[in-house]
Amino acid sequence: MSKSKQKETQPILMQGDEACAEGAIAAGCLFFAGYPITPATEIAERLARRLPQVGGFFLQMEDEIASLAAVIGASVGGAKAMTATSGPGFSLMQENIGYAAMAEIPCVIVDVMRLGPSTGRPTRSAQGDVMQACWGTHGDHPIIALSPSSVRETFDLTVQAFNFSERYRTPVILLMEEIIGHMRERVDLPNPATIELEERLKTTVPPDWYKPYENYPLDVPPLVPFGQGYRYHITGLHHDERGYPTDRPDEIRPWLRRLQLKIERSLSDILLYEEDRDEEADVLVVAYGSVARTARHAIQVARERGRRVSFLKLQTLWPFAEEVVEHAAARVDHIVVPEMNLGQLVLEVERVAGRQHVHRVNKADGTIMQPTEILAAIEEWAR
Amino acid sequence: MRRSDHESRIHDHYLRHSKKFPNVWCAGCGIGIVLGALVRAIDNLQLHRDDVAMISGIGCTGRMPVYVDFNTMHTTHGRALAFATGLKMVRPDMRVIVIMGDGDALAIGGNHFIHAARRNIGLTTIIVNNFVYGMTGGQQSPTTPTGALATTAPYGHIEQPLPIVELAAASGAAFVARSTVYHVQELEKYIVQAITKDGFSVVEAVSYCHTTLGRINKWGTAPDMMRYLKEHSISQKQAESLSEEEKGWKIVRGVFVDRDIPEYTQLYDQVIERAQAEEMAE
Repeated sequence: MSKSKQKETQPILMQGDEACAEGAIAAGCLFFAGYPITPATEIAERLARRLPQVGGFFLQMEDEIASLAAVIGASVGGAKAMTATSGPGFSLMQENIGYAAMAEIPCVIVDVMRLGPSTGRPTRSAQGDVMQACWGTHGDHPIIALSPSSVRETFDLTVQAFNFSERYRTPVILLMEEIIGHMRERVDLPNPATIELEERLKTTVPPDWYKPYENYPLDVPPLVPFGQGYRYHITGLHHDERGYPTDRPDEIRPWLRRLQLKIERSLSDILLYEEDRDEEADVLVVAYGSVARTARHAIQVARERGRRVSFLKLQTLWPFAEEVVEHAAARVDHIVVPEMNLGQLVLEVERVAGRQHVHRVNKADGTIMQPTEILAAIEEWAR
Repeated sequence: MRRSDHESRIHDHYLRHSKKFPNVWCAGCGIGIVLGALVRAIDNLQLHRDDVAMISGIGCTGRMPVYVDFNTMHTTHGRALAFATGLKMVRPDMRVIVIMGDGDALAIGGNHFIHAARRNIGLTTIIVNNFVYGMTGGQQSPTTPTGALATTAPYGHIEQPLPIVELAAASGAAFVARSTVYHVQELEKYIVQAITKDGFSVVEAVSYCHTTLGRINKWGTAPDMMRYLKEHSISQKQAESLSEEEKGWKIVRGVFVDRDIPEYTQLYDQVIERAQAEEMAE
């Protein structure tokens, strides 16, 4: 039995970064370009070994700007493509994240978050890039960002990130954390044959009729890779349906509208979350990533002590699950939002649920959120 | 075939008919001459349009790909070579041509330029050197001559210009040539050689910007600047007999590097072979 076969069937000890790399391979990724950075380097190292084994390509580029540029170029050539970085590199990538959103080129950007700002603490965990993932690049554009809270979930959400990027022709950001990337856990990886993979939609029209940015009838028009006889133009300028630069408001508006709609009309597909509801709860905890695990423990203890608590774990951070949070918030008097930053996603929860009901638990000193910290907040607000 | 028929056949075949003419460039600009030379070079080589990709960055020169009927991508400022690198890796069979201005290629994109050359990846790079940021209105660029006036060097430019040919050669390019938009047949010939070369190839196409640098420095109109290129450029052979002092600001034209070194995508095939052999052995 080959090594890879063993991996499918036996539980193994694996790091989050490694699971991300294996998730990418399972998703059909054939191209990775990156630049060394703690705590994401292990993703690059794993893929430098793994990609050529499956006939794929690994490039170490001169910086993170070039890394995402090469990823977009490879995607235009028809390959599923990914890069991985951490805060400082994620800042450099913002330029080309905007390009990928504008030109609607599928790609996956992994940000293994470390304590910032600036160089911060490279080996310390944080959730400080949540707002950056949404608003880091200039101009209005939708984005999809996913947050895993375990090694296995990192594998699954990496696959999901590729699927979303292909299905919606958009950059997808996987917001990991240092603690998730470097933690080793026992995992059972799924049999590759059972993993659902999204392949890029093919066009049915001849080259002369092809419009890579057609606004109707599909929200996501097919993207034909370069070199297949469909010669067209891609640009970061505002463009018409054929991809040519335009200055005309009547061409810009319908495109911008479709860019928003392709995400908004598919929220039921894109919004991933887990709910653990107590119908009698007076407190709701909303958490994501590593903090969701801390929260789960705190809630367990709180329930043992007779507190009535509901739990909402968000896996999709962007687009923000407005209706899901609104619905869950309507059933409780108080909402506790623990985060390993000074309060980022809580701004969205407050926007939806109203500030007076929302209570923050923040930590951004490089140490891990403790169950006692969340428990204290639950006990303060529960009856 | 008469020349005019030939020209119109080339126009019909390689330029996009839909929408985007007239072009964005000023009357008298040299960029269109480079475009003409490039399209004729591709025609000479009988390349199929589906097999050609043209990638650019930002600036006046960055607008070139939209006019031609290839697989075209207008990317972010300075990053064209990095985008092209990704495309070339997954489609090594395609001819990937990168077209940049001097600011795009050497200032914001300088890092990508030296590293693409170092990898010797099979991209054809054409740098239209007009010595200035034209689209934004005449700011100093990495190749602006020392002493020239620019809108951001109103008291005279105090920096040294970056030598494109020497930089490309030192960084590891397989082919490096320079000509001007006056010497258009020579330029076309060098572009043919660059596209044919298996490796990272660079053609510096020396041009001018009469609208910005020409005006602020009182260097005259487009024909005056074109005449300057004719009168102040010399061949490599002519340059050999001149001292450094005699050469002064003269533009030396010719092929400066033409060497056979392993091309990156072909080397990467070996990486794949090694990786798969190792996996089989396990």
